[in-house]
Amino acid sequence: MTDIAGHLHNGHLYAIAAMAFVTLLLRLGGYWLIGRVPLTTRLRRGLEALPVAIFAASVVPLAIKGGPAGWIAAPVVAAVMFLSGKEILALATGVAAASLARGMGL
Amino acid sequence: MLRTTLSRAKCAAAWSSTSRSVFASSTKRRMKRAMNKPADAIPFTIDGVRTGVRLCLPFVPGYFLFGAAVGALAAQKGLTFAEALLMNAIVCAAASQMVALEMWRADWTWLHVLAVGGVAAMVNLRFVLSGASLRPWLSPVRAGFVYPALGVLTDGAWAASIRYNAEGGRDFGVLAGSSVFLWLTWITAGVPGYLLGALVSNPRAFGLDLLIVFAFTATLVPILKRTRQFMPFAVSGLVALAVSFLTPGYWFVAAGAIAGALAAAFRNPKAAP
Repeated sequence: MTDIAGHLHNGHLYAIAAMAFVTLLLRLGGYWLIGRVPLTTRLRRGLEALPVAIFAASVVPLAIKGGPAGWIAAPVVAAVMFLSGKEILALATGVAAASLARGMGL
Repeated sequence: MLRTTLSRAKCAAAWSSTSRSVFASSTKRRMKRAMNKPADAIPFTIDGVRTGVRLCLPFVPGYFLFGAAVGALAAQKGLTFAEALLMNAIVCAAASQMVALEMWRADWTWLHVLAVGGVAAMVNLRFVLSGASLRPWLSPVRAGFVYPALGVLTDGAWAASIRYNAEGGRDFGVLAGSSVFLWLTWITAGVPGYLLGALVSNPRAFGLDLLIVFAFTATLVPILKRTRQFMPFAVSGLVALAVSFLTPGYWFVAAGAIAGALAAAFRNPKAAP
């Protein structure tokens, strides 16, 4: 598997397998774990809020770090989605707003 | 399409039972389980699968764009076409693949393999939380159905499914359909990138780097509209923002999400819903 200097043959494959293994553990682990602890009111409330919290934690920093285009376009997407309820329309408007902002040098 | 209006609390209460009633293989077992826990039944329908695919469509452009970027990077770093596709198929997590490919090498020792695994774990830590958030809904479904679907769960499939559940839906087909559909999308998306290199030479100019953010935002709006969880949203967003400026990497997603969930768990029970 390795030569004297510790270099792996097929190293790419080992690296891919390592990534796949840890990612699989994480994908299954949270669901598994939460089924094995008692469901208190607090835990239930926390779990109920978890989806919104994950969304917020992903979207807010990335939109802010996207620069002025992100600051403008992300609220535009939210507004179009709120008013129309059509995801594809919201997505298209967001891309249009962002490319407009970037085109204007923002 | 079967939709029930069970409250979240009721779902969660049902979840603590050990019954796995829905997918019993023999009629006898099904009858026995149905008598034990009829309220637990989570449907698994083709309609649900279709709904899952439909709710995921906003994520497809973003997946293709990131797939092109990851595929091009894999080609640059000397992965064979088969290795690139294998990585898309069994890792199936864009951000971690991108970060890992940045540190890709021609020759490997066990230490480097360990390092790449550690990086993947750090970037993909959020899956622990998204998996946990699915438990109240899917607990009655047999493990043999849930775990394979979770194994190919991506952010888009999670987002689409949790939105469907927040709107009162309970069909397991939505999670299964969206997971498998976006998994296949992600594998396919690596092909043009690997073969043609960077397809979109300047994605930033068109705001395409923000596509995933937009798809997430569009999915979030109906959930917020229904659940009105503005307090956890604000706490999570602010903590994630602060952490994203203070630490490198992807810790901000886990930090913000946990802060938001804790805020909801420990808020004054007399305050609104």
